[in-house]
Amino acid sequence: MSNRESLLTDIVPLPAEPARLEMENVRVSYNGQLALQDLSFQVPHGARLAVVGPNGAGKTTLFKALVGLVQLKIGHIRIHGEPLGHHQDCVAYVPQREEVDWRFPVTVTDVVMMGRFGQQGFLRRPGKEDHAAVGHSLDQLGIADLGKRPIGELSGGQQQRVFLARALAQEPHILLMDEPFTGVDITTQEATLELLEHLQTQQVTAMVSTHDLTLASERFDQVLLLNKRMIAYGPPEEVFTAPNLSQAFGSQVLFLDGVAVVDQCCPPEGDVGDV
Amino acid sequence: MSEVLSELFTPLTYAFIQRGLLAALMVGVLCSVIGCYIVLRSMAFLGDAMAHAVLPGVAVAYLLGRNLTLGALAAALVVALGVGLFSRRGAIKEDTAIGVLFAAALSLGVAMISSIRTYAVDLSHILFGNVLGVSSSDLWLTAVMGALVLIAILVFYRQFLVISFDPVLAATLRIKVGFFNNLLLILLALTIVISMQTVGVGLVAAMLVTPAATAYLLVRRLPSMMVLSGLIGGVSSLVGLFASYHLNVASGAAIVLTATGFFLLAFLFAPQRGFIWGVSRRRPA
Repeated sequence: MSNRESLLTDIVPLPAEPARLEMENVRVSYNGQLALQDLSFQVPHGARLAVVGPNGAGKTTLFKALVGLVQLKIGHIRIHGEPLGHHQDCVAYVPQREEVDWRFPVTVTDVVMMGRFGQQGFLRRPGKEDHAAVGHSLDQLGIADLGKRPIGELSGGQQQRVFLARALAQEPHILLMDEPFTGVDITTQEATLELLEHLQTQQVTAMVSTHDLTLASERFDQVLLLNKRMIAYGPPEEVFTAPNLSQAFGSQVLFLDGVAVVDQCCPPEGDVGDV
Repeated sequence: MSEVLSELFTPLTYAFIQRGLLAALMVGVLCSVIGCYIVLRSMAFLGDAMAHAVLPGVAVAYLLGRNLTLGALAAALVVALGVGLFSRRGAIKEDTAIGVLFAAALSLGVAMISSIRTYAVDLSHILFGNVLGVSSSDLWLTAVMGALVLIAILVFYRQFLVISFDPVLAATLRIKVGFFNNLLLILLALTIVISMQTVGVGLVAAMLVTPAATAYLLVRRLPSMMVLSGLIGGVSSLVGLFASYHLNVASGAAIVLTATGFFLLAFLFAPQRGFIWGVSRRRPA
């Protein structure tokens, strides 16, 4: 029985099954400062959720809380109705490109294989199904020919695909992506969005932080608007209202003929302030 | 020709030199393998600080009449944990914390050792090593502890790889990042203590960094980097020790300078990452 099949049968939604991901009154502080509060929302099965907010709004902190890297001050996060820690291996995380050490001596295949370590157990050598899963992930992202290349020699878009392939190889139920559309070419952007659509058919829930409000409203089912606390959560047309945007972005929003324009060009390099 | 060779290998007829060679070889390989993580995780300065912390550890153990090796090990770990404690809350940066503790440990060690007038062990032996004074029991201790460290590195290869390359992935895979960070520090402390007698605490940092940096310039994957680094470290130890005998210079220094020679060669001539490769590429065609 392959892992992929078991994944598919696992996630047939039961009528009474709780929401895949629930936040209840979550508050997180980081380096002694309150980074996030009043977070309460439920993400249903297989939703594509865009996380939107100004720099320093706490998007990265939210993701780090979800993988258990940052402790909650109060509140609960539940995945499949269970507290964090029960399901950490079903969460995959695609880091911001600036967070990765591209000079590290690993090849593309090495990185994608890391995604299989959870399935394999840590002392076993990779088996046939692991190599197959890695090969399948590389194929799906169109980088099968790059397998033996060191990651430092790739273009920005290729590097992003490597980490997408790794997330895929993890066979996650929840996929977290931090700013995947920042600084990549249009081909990679489309490949990323297509992957999200494909994952949705497999009931994988995706949470994606982005600066691109157009993309968030056109290509995602749900939007979470953040600025150190939850401002709105729901379908894009309900979230992207003038009052909500003003509350999130403050003076960065201009209203021109009834159209809200958010001026967030030139965000600081690597979202330094976004904790 | 055969005369030159027999002249070259004369030192091998002495038992104390055979022991020294074996010890230097083991330490060279061990430092260079664990050194790959030191280089990739930018821990060189921490390694240096831990090495110098050994000095007061040895002195305290001597005053208390305890085992010198255990004293050295404890002191190296105290400094490693102290750096984590000082910098954890973000009060000061890690390199600042290391700088403070490094100088403090070295001063404390020198102060204590200089006050122990009857102390039989020369300060310079701890600082720069005394590879030809290695006893049989030292050799056994080195072999057992070195084997333990290498086995741990091999068994926990994946954990160390993931926590070094991507701590966030480590968290999602339920690897205990804190535990393995501390384990790496303990292995590093063991390595430093074992190296005390061959290259000395003053030069162990070089053996932790130089062969690994050389291998980094030459290969593209961590397993091959570790093997090549171990090889460079082992060869440097042997060549350095022979050179020190024939040129009559301090053995630790000769070993480190040999390793540095390999590094310079790699820095100049390595394919793709080497200096000359870079210059010839930049030249307009």
